[in-house]
Amino acid sequence: MIQVDHLVKRYGGFTAVNDLSFSVPRGTLFGFLGPNGAGKTTTMRMIAQILRPTSGEIRIAGVPTWEKPQVIKQMIGYIPDRPYVYEKLTGAEFVRFVAALYGQEGPAVERRMNELLEVFELTPWRDELTESYSHGMRQKLIISSAFAHRPEVIVVDEPMVGLDPKSARTLKDLFRAYVDRGGTILMSTHTLEVAEGMCDRIAIIQRGQLLAEGTMEELRAQSASGHETLEALFLRLTGGLQASGLDAIFDEL
Amino acid sequence: MSSDVLPVAVRQVPHQPSLGDVLAPKWRSALARSRSSQRGRGLRSLLFLVVGGLFWAAAFGICYRVLKFVNTQEIGILLASKMLGVIFLAFAAILLLSNLITSLSSFFLARDLDLLVAAPLHWFRLYLAKLLETTAHSSWMVLVMAVPILTAYGIVFDGGPLFPFVALAALLPFVVLPAVVGSAITLVLVNVFPARRIRDLLTLVALGAVGGLALLFRMIRPERLARPEGFQNLVEFLAVLRAPTNPFLPTQWASDMIMNWLRHIADPLPILLLVTTAAAFAIMGGWLHGRLFREGYSKSQEGAERFVRGRSWSGLMARTVGGLTPARREFLLKDIRLFFRDPTQWSQLILLGVLVVVYVFNIRSLPLFSGEKVPFFLVTVIVFLNLGLAGFVLTAIAARFIFPAVSLEGRQLWLIQSSPLRFRTLLLSKYWLGTLPLVVLALLITATTNALLHASTFMMLVSCGTIVAFTCAASALALCLGAYYPKFDTENAAQIPTSFGGLIFMMSGIALLGLLIAIEAVPVSAFLRAHQADETFVLTPTLLLALGAVGAVCVVTAIAALGLAARRLDALEY
Repeated sequence: MIQVDHLVKRYGGFTAVNDLSFSVPRGTLFGFLGPNGAGKTTTMRMIAQILRPTSGEIRIAGVPTWEKPQVIKQMIGYIPDRPYVYEKLTGAEFVRFVAALYGQEGPAVERRMNELLEVFELTPWRDELTESYSHGMRQKLIISSAFAHRPEVIVVDEPMVGLDPKSARTLKDLFRAYVDRGGTILMSTHTLEVAEGMCDRIAIIQRGQLLAEGTMEELRAQSASGHETLEALFLRLTGGLQASGLDAIFDEL
Repeated sequence: MSSDVLPVAVRQVPHQPSLGDVLAPKWRSALARSRSSQRGRGLRSLLFLVVGGLFWAAAFGICYRVLKFVNTQEIGILLASKMLGVIFLAFAAILLLSNLITSLSSFFLARDLDLLVAAPLHWFRLYLAKLLETTAHSSWMVLVMAVPILTAYGIVFDGGPLFPFVALAALLPFVVLPAVVGSAITLVLVNVFPARRIRDLLTLVALGAVGGLALLFRMIRPERLARPEGFQNLVEFLAVLRAPTNPFLPTQWASDMIMNWLRHIADPLPILLLVTTAAAFAIMGGWLHGRLFREGYSKSQEGAERFVRGRSWSGLMARTVGGLTPARREFLLKDIRLFFRDPTQWSQLILLGVLVVVYVFNIRSLPLFSGEKVPFFLVTVIVFLNLGLAGFVLTAIAARFIFPAVSLEGRQLWLIQSSPLRFRTLLLSKYWLGTLPLVVLALLITATTNALLHASTFMMLVSCGTIVAFTCAASALALCLGAYYPKFDTENAAQIPTSFGGLIFMMSGIALLGLLIAIEAVPVSAFLRAHQADETFVLTPTLLLALGAVGAVCVVTAIAALGLAARRLDALEY
């Protein structure tokens, strides 16, 4: 469903994404992992067509994004890592607005909006201005609005940040139900337990390059013991095990 | 962690950072911005220098000429002293209003406050740092304005080489006082109302006060003072001139300090009063801060508005634009909702109303129809000049309301960029939403003032046609330059027009207006010549071509500007 080929993104002299290639099959929840600054958000913003690649190609359902951008955007629901919303709109107005951007309105949108707001327990706040919402409530509102236009692909950057345990569980169930019905999700997360428990396939990137990709079993098979947890595998691949110097930091305490 | 942890009671207060350290992120950021090698920065600096230089030269030139004229009169020094008192009074009013709003941001809403309040920073140091920040933000414009005025005073009254230092010594304590008073008022208000509502309240109060002052000043009709027959009792007049206007106000002390130097009067009282009062106020402000800040800061974290007013009005709007596609309709409604739900936005309409009333009142006050017959030539020329003035006013309004439209999408731009909505649609929505009310306003101003000026039918038609065409072009230009010079991170829409892009827009708008007026001078002068020769005025092909050229210039400008803006937004990565 999502095909990324030799993707490169440079900001001046800095290369954020460096010859990255991977594919996300239809009906898959694809985990996108990597340390801070690895290029995950940049890649996802390119797939959502907010940023333009320096080189390389992204295809959605076999169509290059540059060929029919409007049609492809119609297929995608993007959930950014930071929940910036229009603060002077109410929750319901915001969801209606987003649905309208995708050309949808009427009773079907209203019904879907009511269902989504109910699922995320936002119904009591639906007619209040979003400036009074907490970070987590805004996050849930953006997730609701991303699903309101029935996208075929969800590109979601760090969805669990700011969510309470109950909402996080609701979101996991929602994502799973969506994928089981043929939807495709590309999700970045730092919560490795979430990735391990939820994702059908996982890619680990660092410095804009792919380090490993596959199902959990395929990734484990690459390790020496064959029984590594995702955390151990992640730290081994990204070199995050060296935590030397901690003693020096806390010596003075 | 070591086992010998000291109990809290015997721990020492940590070493306090200097004021410079606390303010370092601010001044270092400003320094980094000025040094950044951003594309076109050299051109920007040059343009700022040229425009700033022209502004200073104009302000200095006017002051110099006025003071030079006043100095030739017997009572010249008294008049100059009175004028300076009035100038300082106006400065104080501006500073107080500006400090009220700025202190709310710097003391209660700034992004660095979480860090500073959580740090073991002494409250008085925090107060001084924030007071300095507030003073700098609120006062720089007044100080810039004061330079050419005081330079003119120094030159005309022979202030000598030390005069700049005297002026500086007067200005520094003078700007501190409104900052202390403004931040103290804000501090008290924040303890009574939530900060986010206070901002709305203060914006309304400030704009209402500015509007009220402008109206009051206009209604006093200062132009009558220029008529000598207005003075009936010279002795009384001189007595009023000699008496200090407000002996207990710092404005009078600052004015006296400068005029005493210029008149070679050795009187240390004004500077002593200024400096000691500023210091005493700063200490009292600090004391108040120590008592009320913690509670106020805590309150300022609450208080976002929750519910929406005017639902029936909103429903009516939705029905009015019901024929549009869902995306266009919701986008339009979203912009209308955001505008009318944000007091920092809609409250600007108060100023706009005052501006229009003052403008129409000024035209009505022109002594053109006070009995004797006014030459047709003069009326026509004034109507033509009025077109330029109305155009300038509309450019300023477009700078305030249309130029920021793209910037206001700000952090929500991801939503538009990732949606199938084309930027062309977004721009057209913003264009018509801004242009239609502006065209109505343009026609209202032009037709009303032309009617007051008894303009001929030809001039009325030319003026109205031109102002509509110009408004359509200027709106597109405002959107285009707003897209080229966006300020996505700003929290206050009112700051966007004062940016570099705003300046470029004002200059482009005025240049376009100048071009249109230059082209229209051809048919207008032909009209005047025909009238003077007592001939029937006929629109020749040349004249029609000139009128057509005005329309063509506006249409081409509007289409090109909107096209460029769409291309710019398509390429934007934010």
